[in-house]
Amino acid sequence: MTQSLIFVQRKAIRAVGDDESSGCSVSLNTLTFVSTCSRPIMKGEELPGLLVNEIGGMHGILHDHVEFLKKHFCLITMKEFLENKKNMSKKVQAVYLWWHKPVIDKDLLQSLPNLKVIANSGVGMDHLDLKLVASFGVKMANAPCAVSSSTADTGMALLLASARRLVEGYHVAVSPGMEYCEADFLGVEVTGATLGIIGMGSIGYKIALRAKAFEMKILYHNRTRRKEQEEQAVGALYCEKIDDLLCQADFVMVVVSLTPQTHKLIGKREMELMKPTATLINISRGAVVDQEALVIALRSGVIRAAALDVTYPEPLPRDHPLLKLKNVIITPHLGIKTDKATRMITEEAVENILAALAGLPMPSEVHPS
Amino acid sequence: MGQRPIYVMAEQDLPGLLIMGIGGTHGVQESLAALLKKHFSVITMKELLENKKEVGKKIQCIFVSEFRPTIDQELLESLPNLKVIGNSGVGVDHLNLKMISNFGVRVTNTPHAVADSTADMGMALMLASARRLVEGSQIAVSPDTNYFAADWLGVEVTRATLGIIGMGRIGYKVAQRARAFEMKILYHNRNRRSQEEEQAVGACYSEMEDLLQQSDFVMLVVNLTPQTEKLIGKKELGLMKPTATLINISRGAVIDQDALVEALQNKTIKAAALDVTYPEPLPRNHPLLKLNNVIITPHIGTATVQATHMMAEEAIANMLSVLNCQPIPSEVFPQ
Repeated sequence: MTQSLIFVQRKAIRAVGDDESSGCSVSLNTLTFVSTCSRPIMKGEELPGLLVNEIGGMHGILHDHVEFLKKHFCLITMKEFLENKKNMSKKVQAVYLWWHKPVIDKDLLQSLPNLKVIANSGVGMDHLDLKLVASFGVKMANAPCAVSSSTADTGMALLLASARRLVEGYHVAVSPGMEYCEADFLGVEVTGATLGIIGMGSIGYKIALRAKAFEMKILYHNRTRRKEQEEQAVGALYCEKIDDLLCQADFVMVVVSLTPQTHKLIGKREMELMKPTATLINISRGAVVDQEALVIALRSGVIRAAALDVTYPEPLPRDHPLLKLKNVIITPHLGIKTDKATRMITEEAVENILAALAGLPMPSEVHPS
Repeated sequence: MGQRPIYVMAEQDLPGLLIMGIGGTHGVQESLAALLKKHFSVITMKELLENKKEVGKKIQCIFVSEFRPTIDQELLESLPNLKVIGNSGVGVDHLNLKMISNFGVRVTNTPHAVADSTADMGMALMLASARRLVEGSQIAVSPDTNYFAADWLGVEVTRATLGIIGMGRIGYKVAQRARAFEMKILYHNRNRRSQEEEQAVGACYSEMEDLLQQSDFVMLVVNLTPQTEKLIGKKELGLMKPTATLINISRGAVIDQDALVEALQNKTIKAAALDVTYPEPLPRNHPLLKLNNVIITPHIGTATVQATHMMAEEAIANMLSVLNCQPIPSEVFPQ
């Protein structure tokens, strides 16, 4: 298996509001990623094998991305791999996870002796056993730059939709039975309200930037406090105790990674601290919120409403009480589901994989904690 | 005895204010009625109709909320002492300003109270449409859903181009919000804004055609006047990108609805999000209700607890200024 030297030439323009600490310098619209081989590919020389779950379909790589991927890699689907393990296993040098698939377990890792890197589509790594992967000497990367703007936009979309009862309103506007809107169909004001952001990483910070334009008062809680200039730029007040944030916020937005520490971070106690007029918005992971406690809180008016882009599991069982509550909006993990963001995620993943294969520093390497 | 006499204005000494009703589908909210009662002797349409001759004389003001009560010649003739109509909301296209003026009655609106809420609604609709929020919510709860498809995508809002048609108070607030999403902002207005105002939000003044051709999102934020009726028709829709979304938070009649239906069916434009239609509500068999690339909301641009209160307060201040012969903050005149 020949390994070609790859020179990566990248023009990256620092985008406004990028999180300096994560070192992101990739601009969504202006990324020009040029990869050139140091020498022309010789006849018979193979591109490194990239294992993907499938192409298209439920959990597959997007068709639109295939051409781009094939410029750098020999694409191998799980089906092809399983049908011909003997020949395929040595070819695979990288895995590209799309929506958490293929599942990375010990068996798979053992069957890929030349695997060097696993690139994840998206920023959350809670579906990977990072220690296990590292023990095989395999590097890992996520895609933090591509996700932050789109996910922040999703957070704002949910906040506004919930506050203004947009989904309910739509049903009133189009339902055959409904002829008019009651004069007392009222939502709550977003402009000038207090937003509490739990988790002020790059996504949380972008939410703060957007919320500021709505003249929202911004409180935040984070493992570590942000620099003063960063706080001032968005007018955010640090709440060392999460309780202080919960009892003041009109909107509570949860933007944390899922870790053992953040599992059921928002439970009965936290919801009871919230205002009865407050809205909970979750764009992290379903398991960060205690779902049973949420159902009770919503039913009994402990909080006004919730908007959830993520649940546990996804999708919820069809008889789950959350699906029946009027004061909940649930969306099917919209997070980064836009044409541009998904494209950028793949570009970011390719960049990381090529760097790993060339023994160069990876833009967004993830280590076990 | 040393006790100071307390002068309380008897309810009947307060100026008479006509409202549609209190509570219910078309009435004023209870809490707003209470607010109005602090300054006026509140009279409902029902009370007026029961005894037009006697009650009619008492009415000096009318509080029009959600276009009710309807102001027609018959009503105006029955109110000899009417001085002002205080509209809750900024649009007054539902009022015949000339006719009202002929009766010597002034009209006021509430441009300040509506601005933030309406701008927020514009942003809500743009984001909901771009990210397919309504469709998504239906998928999330549908009994038929057993997985979320990986290739189900919306379009990016961050760094997209927003074209604002009508850059008044509300349009400008939309620009302020959109800027935080790093959107490129083009705008078209009767009058160009000052350079500082443009720079503050990063907005570029454009001719209509250029705006329509370059925008990923086109937002309508104009008043309804004879000049803006059917402002967006077949030609304008044809100029838009096939990937573009049209958002309307003005008045339904600003868009040629038949042309819009055709454009959406033929994919001349990608989608539309409408808080306003003509009429409101649309007849239940209207084609717009059946298209899956349309979001319609029932004119909830200012439907928040806070905004409705602010509108009532602004209307009260306007009406009292007329009764007290003081400068009127927001009077509207016939064209």
